[in-house]
Amino acid sequence: MTAVEDRPGTDAPEREVGKARRRKEDARLITGRTTWTDNMVLPGMLHLAVVRSPVSHAKITAIDVSAAQQAPGVVAVYTGRDLADEQGSIPCAWPVTPDMVNPGHPSIAVDEVNHVGEAVAVIVARSKAAAADAIELVDVDYDVLPPVLDMEEAVAEGAQLTHDHLESNTSYHFVFDAGEAGTGTDTEQAFADAEVVVSRRFVNQRLIPAFMEPRSVVVQPQGDNYTMWSATQVPHILRVMLASVTGVPEHKLRIIAPDVGGGFGGKLQVNPEEVIALLLARRLGKPVKWTETRSESLMTAHHGRDQIQYIDVAADREGHVKGLRVRLLADMGAYLRLITPGVPALGAFMFPAIYKFPAYRFECDGVFTNKVPTDAYRGAGRPEATFAIERIMDELAVELGMDPLELRRKNWINAAEFPFTTVAGLEYDSGDYETATQQALELIGYDELRAEQQRRRESNDPVQLGIGFSTFTEMCGLAPSRVLGSLSFGAGGWEHASIRMLPTGKVEVVTGSTPHGQGHETAWSQLVADELGVPFEDVEVLHGDTAISTRGLDTYGSRSLVVGGTAVVKAAEKVVAKARKIAAHLLEASEDDLEFSGGKFSVRGTPGAELGIQEIALAVFAAHNYPEDVEPSIDADATFDPVNFSFPHGTHICAMEVDTETGMVKIRKYACVDDIGTIVNPLIVEGQVHGGLAQGIAQALFEEAVYDADGNLTTGSFVDYLVPSAADLPHFDTGNTVHAAPGNPIGAKGVGEAGCIASTPAVVNAALDAVRHLGVSDIRMPLTPERVWRALHQGGDGGDRATAGTNAYGGAQTESTAGVSTPASSLGGDR
Amino acid sequence: MIPAAFAYARPSTVDEALQAIAEGGDDVKIMAGGQSLIPVMRLRLAAPETVVDLTRVAELRGVRDDGDAIVIGAMTTHHDVMTDPLVLQHAPLIAEATETVADRQVRARGTFGGALAHADPAGDLPAVALALDADFVIAGLGGRRTVPASEFFVDYLTTALEEGELLVEIRVPKLAGEWGMRYEKFNRVAQAWSIVAVAAVVRREDGHIAEARIGLTNMGATPLRASAVEAALAGAQASPETIAEAARSAAEGTAPSSDLNAQADYREHLVQVLTRRAVTAAAGL
Ligand SMILES: Cc1cc2nc3c(=O)[nH]c(=O)nc-3n(C[C@H](O)[C@H](O)[C@H](O)COP(=O)(O)OP(=O)(O)OC[C@H]3O[C@@H](n4cnc5c(N)ncnc54)[C@H](O)[C@@H]3O)c2cc1C
Repeated sequence: MTAVEDRPGTDAPEREVGKARRRKEDARLITGRTTWTDNMVLPGMLHLAVVRSPVSHAKITAIDVSAAQQAPGVVAVYTGRDLADEQGSIPCAWPVTPDMVNPGHPSIAVDEVNHVGEAVAVIVARSKAAAADAIELVDVDYDVLPPVLDMEEAVAEGAQLTHDHLESNTSYHFVFDAGEAGTGTDTEQAFADAEVVVSRRFVNQRLIPAFMEPRSVVVQPQGDNYTMWSATQVPHILRVMLASVTGVPEHKLRIIAPDVGGGFGGKLQVNPEEVIALLLARRLGKPVKWTETRSESLMTAHHGRDQIQYIDVAADREGHVKGLRVRLLADMGAYLRLITPGVPALGAFMFPAIYKFPAYRFECDGVFTNKVPTDAYRGAGRPEATFAIERIMDELAVELGMDPLELRRKNWINAAEFPFTTVAGLEYDSGDYETATQQALELIGYDELRAEQQRRRESNDPVQLGIGFSTFTEMCGLAPSRVLGSLSFGAGGWEHASIRMLPTGKVEVVTGSTPHGQGHETAWSQLVADELGVPFEDVEVLHGDTAISTRGLDTYGSRSLVVGGTAVVKAAEKVVAKARKIAAHLLEASEDDLEFSGGKFSVRGTPGAELGIQEIALAVFAAHNYPEDVEPSIDADATFDPVNFSFPHGTHICAMEVDTETGMVKIRKYACVDDIGTIVNPLIVEGQVHGGLAQGIAQALFEEAVYDADGNLTTGSFVDYLVPSAADLPHFDTGNTVHAAPGNPIGAKGVGEAGCIASTPAVVNAALDAVRHLGVSDIRMPLTPERVWRALHQGGDGGDRATAGTNAYGGAQTESTAGVSTPASSLGGDR
Repeated sequence: MIPAAFAYARPSTVDEALQAIAEGGDDVKIMAGGQSLIPVMRLRLAAPETVVDLTRVAELRGVRDDGDAIVIGAMTTHHDVMTDPLVLQHAPLIAEATETVADRQVRARGTFGGALAHADPAGDLPAVALALDADFVIAGLGGRRTVPASEFFVDYLTTALEEGELLVEIRVPKLAGEWGMRYEKFNRVAQAWSIVAVAAVVRREDGHIAEARIGLTNMGATPLRASAVEAALAGAQASPETIAEAARSAAEGTAPSSDLNAQADYREHLVQVLTRRAVTAAAGL
């Protein structure tokens, strides 16, 4: 024992932060012994089924609902016309430019449909089956118009219009110019002076979030009050938005997100069906439920990504980057949903990544097409930016004849240079790219792999090996409210928490950051256990109900721990401060003489004079004896608004085998070292990284939302939209460096999106590294074997895929949109 | 994802099943494991009037030895087929291919007979049955008949089964001599159907390939035999070069479709590579 330790070490409980605790919520989530929205059954509840457009672009000339109305069990059928006066428009909270064009987004189409799957009528029936049966009885006449499907065609002169009441297919033109913003030099000049310019067109394909639990909503009217249960990521935001859309006053509306099975941004939305359910519950005065089918989910829940990226990089011959120019076409789909236009705009600031570009210009056109709207999807804007920059750095390295890692090293921000203000005006908080890279190289066994690559090349092996890098950073912890304001975002980025000390000493933590699978209950319990010195098991985390968690901004953008967790810590600090006053009173000591450690206040220099915070909770509950000037409560609230984003970073390395005979690509090894600041729970971090990697790799190799020439989604089931399983992914070697985030007391930077943002370009770079010597310089994502084979044997980037769905499964691509079985669509044959 | 309403019968013998089918009305669907039928009904691409569920028909399950053939009951699940000692001994190709079908859950319910009667061009087992020259025993109210594999697969999702008939069992002849087999499947994710696959059954005799039977999956509306390759290999030397040369004609006579996974020309290329690999492995090289 040393002199500075004045209390016995045995007393100090083990620190919770840093422990690989198993998630306390998992048993109920995994076994399903919990309330998912679709489990809700209310007395007299009616069921909704949505009739959806089978065509991508048309005027509705007539709708006949009479047969459906008469069907057994059907209570009512409504069309867009019936709800036109009250349905308003799905809100868009992010007008990225003052003159952004928003065509308006009815929840049910009234006069026209603009994408396949758009709602045209809704059936209300006594059972789910009766509602489903009546769908095919609704007869809709469509005057079909040609669809707008290709962005480059959509922005050309004289293009067919997505919305004929608009002047063009462009919603907005967003520009960030570092020269004009004063954060960089003139970009045109940089390119004019450059010794080397490399330009590429990349396609960041359309993806489907494909969360596990389908969307579901239940609304219960009680007098003029409404309670809505919804499988949403954002109950708080939903409440405000629904109030403004439907006119149901906010204080008459309670939203509950019970346990929610995944979202990935796909449930960061105000869904048309949520609006419809609320309107119909109001009309009918009865509880209603809508739960989507998987086909509806893939076809109508918002999609993600979908950008065409024109990237120019300028450099000198030695490999010092001089300028970056980014032009994007970003597919909005047919309408603007909650943050549709903001996703590419958010990415604007991340294209310069970890590199010291002196000059930078970003331009983005938001483009309307007759497809389902895009919106947030894991990473939202940052994966697109990371993909483009990490791909173009490899292209520049090839142009310069340099090692791709050497080029990166030459240009990245050095550890000693933090905090560093980038050309996009962001202040990166902390990190060390070199150390992370060194560790990742060791993890993957880099030298050995390079030697093997060499051998395979020399022997002309049909299976070639490639190694790809992604040295990425991202902005997390959304977000400083003032910054969001300056970007015209419709809300702030603070988070709220409160802590309630129960009489028995147990602790209720209320968080405004609503989880949908991330493990908040466990991580928050660990934070509070350390702050209050109470057992982990004594902490219960409440969330997701606007009547319990009254203030909050929910979960997205890797913000929960960084912003929401900090709010919890700040609330705990207040609890301790309030308890200190009571403790001083009860221990008859001065506050200044009290020491708080391991959940106990003790009087310095008076052994044995101590009181636990859990005992104080009981004392204040009884309230028999407390100081005159304080309230009898040690509960506390806190709202935390960060002053800056946090900037996790990491080095991801992929080793890829390419079978040149078939085009099949296979990840041999994958290693990543991420710096996400302080790690609260290594097990949760590992899980988030693995899940993120799976999704990022899926973009590179497997997933793509494909529309045919008529605007039908042909990847309308999991037979054709390939979500990989564990069997399709390699072992991941993961590691961490830790540079605590200076912007919050936890030191956390955020990990929810890291794997997804970082991995995609590492995988594509690896595949290209394997076959570049065979003349291939780009392959479109996903790298289907066919594309790889075509790029190898016919040149180009592998080209478009055929748009027909596979013939497996009897060619059943989606639930037939009209719900009709026709002789042609039956199994066929004479069985 | 709710099927349209249907009547339901669950017979416990083949005779009862045939009766139920006859009485089921205009549009009767037989249900085996339901792994293809139920999804299509839930998608409302099929809306049968009556579903006749065979799960209780015990006589249709299991594998037995019948002298010169092994006989696989139509209702034997993929899992039971894969792990059956007779199958492993006499027709390991079936086990190898069945292992690549879908995932554990589907294999626990899906059946050998269901997969064959469904005749999905991307399904793995039809080409295997074709390569093994299996015979299909079909029962109707009027009695039983046997159809060879070469006549069983008629068109896209269409077989020789007539209305009112039931696939009862599949007879797989035991092979005499030194045979090697290989199923070479090409797909993108583990639980997916074949983009293209090749089933090769090869008999070797003193360093030569005496006989090769090659079934192709997803190279047309039905499973096909690669007859040109078979002819080129018959009596040929068992060397990598001859096999590679013969495999070049694997796409002859095929009519593959173009879809998301592969356009026709790519399938025609793939089938050559996969045929070479399958035959090479089956020949023990
Ligand atoms: C996710 C998933 C992945 C899959 N992947 C693959 C794959 O990779 N490879 C592959 O080959 N298959 C795959 N399948 C299909 C699987 O093999 C099915 O089990 C099989 O196609 C149908 O078998 P079943 O017993 O389920 O038949 P069912 O679905 O019950 O029936 C299929 C059809 O056959 C008819 N039928 C069934 N039994 C008889 C009978 N005895 N007599 C007459 N008609 C009959 C039915 O009426 C129906 O039309 C997959 C299925 C799923 C769900």
